[in-house]
Amino acid sequence: MVGPLIPMNYIPQAWDNVFALILGMGFGITLEASGFSSSRKIIGTFFGYDFVVLKVFFTAAITAMLGLLYFSYMGWIDYSMLFIQPTFVASAVIGGIIMGIGFSMGGYCPGTSFCGLAIGKLDALTFTVGMFVGVFIFSETFPLIEKMYNSGNLGNVLITDSLGISKALFAFLLVVAAVGMFFVASRLERRIKKVEY
Amino acid sequence: MKKKIQSGTYYLNPYLGGVLLGLVLLATFYITGRGLGASGAIKSTVVEAVKTVAPAHAEQSSYYGKFLSDDKHPMNNWLVFEVMGALAGAFLSGLLFNRLKFKVEHSPKITSRRRLMFALSGGILFGIGSQLAKGCTSGAALSGMAVLALGGFITMIAIFGTAFVFAWIFKKNKI
Repeated sequence: MVGPLIPMNYIPQAWDNVFALILGMGFGITLEASGFSSSRKIIGTFFGYDFVVLKVFFTAAITAMLGLLYFSYMGWIDYSMLFIQPTFVASAVIGGIIMGIGFSMGGYCPGTSFCGLAIGKLDALTFTVGMFVGVFIFSETFPLIEKMYNSGNLGNVLITDSLGISKALFAFLLVVAAVGMFFVASRLERRIKKVEY
Repeated sequence: MKKKIQSGTYYLNPYLGGVLLGLVLLATFYITGRGLGASGAIKSTVVEAVKTVAPAHAEQSSYYGKFLSDDKHPMNNWLVFEVMGALAGAFLSGLLFNRLKFKVEHSPKITSRRRLMFALSGGILFGIGSQLAKGCTSGAALSGMAVLALGGFITMIAIFGTAFVFAWIFKKNKI
């Protein structure tokens, strides 16, 4: 069966939300079991005492990326049927910067704050309440920033297209970069005294 | 390991955790054709709440209006179900590893009150930023990188780069 299974009609559309629940559970379990329900563990990456976020995040991105390339190479998935988010340069950069400030202040991102609140972290609950307020503020002030929001639309572009290299070469370079980063992180961790949390 | 589980400090090896998370993401793409997300569920809830409280306002708004149409119920959204699953999954993992407990987690150097103020401000900023970038760390950065989307890499570098810089600025206010 050539995936993606639901868009290719191998599985009826009605099952979409059932899979959403099941896959979401897998998401929640792996995040929580990796330590993403703790803001102090997450923020450790940025203060330099615990690089778990760096390791888990890049290992996951690379695993999924290589898996999709392999599936595509074997003819098990139609890459053109995958959802590629459109790239809006200005809003991706500015939105990313705002999220980065929020990340370093709040110690969570949306997915990890759900994990934190699921196990009773009240700071994660407060962060989540903040997100509702933030989305509401954004929506109400949207007309003021609408122009910037829609500017610089490059469409559903891949990084390999804009760099002009093959997917395989890019994947190889990203793996090398990640392994280098993991090596530096583990050296740093050895030098820093343990923080208890 | 048993001792660590008893004290609630047992975590998966980060590389194993990463591979498992990557496999969940791969399965999500293989089955549904899209990645995992989180902030979209918040947006759906806000749209639904505004629609309930002030329907006329929601219809007129250029942002809420994007997600409102007669046949599409904002809460009947893939991401809302996915996030409900994620909450249940995290709860199960917390149960398994003895981490279910009400508490405000913070550095001994700061008060709970200060931690909660910072968490609230961080959440507000993340809410605004995720709408602007059309996705957060999960939906834009992680899922975007998995399919090699240029925007995923841009958002990832902007989030992590900024967080590193600001973490040093906020160092005294340790989380």
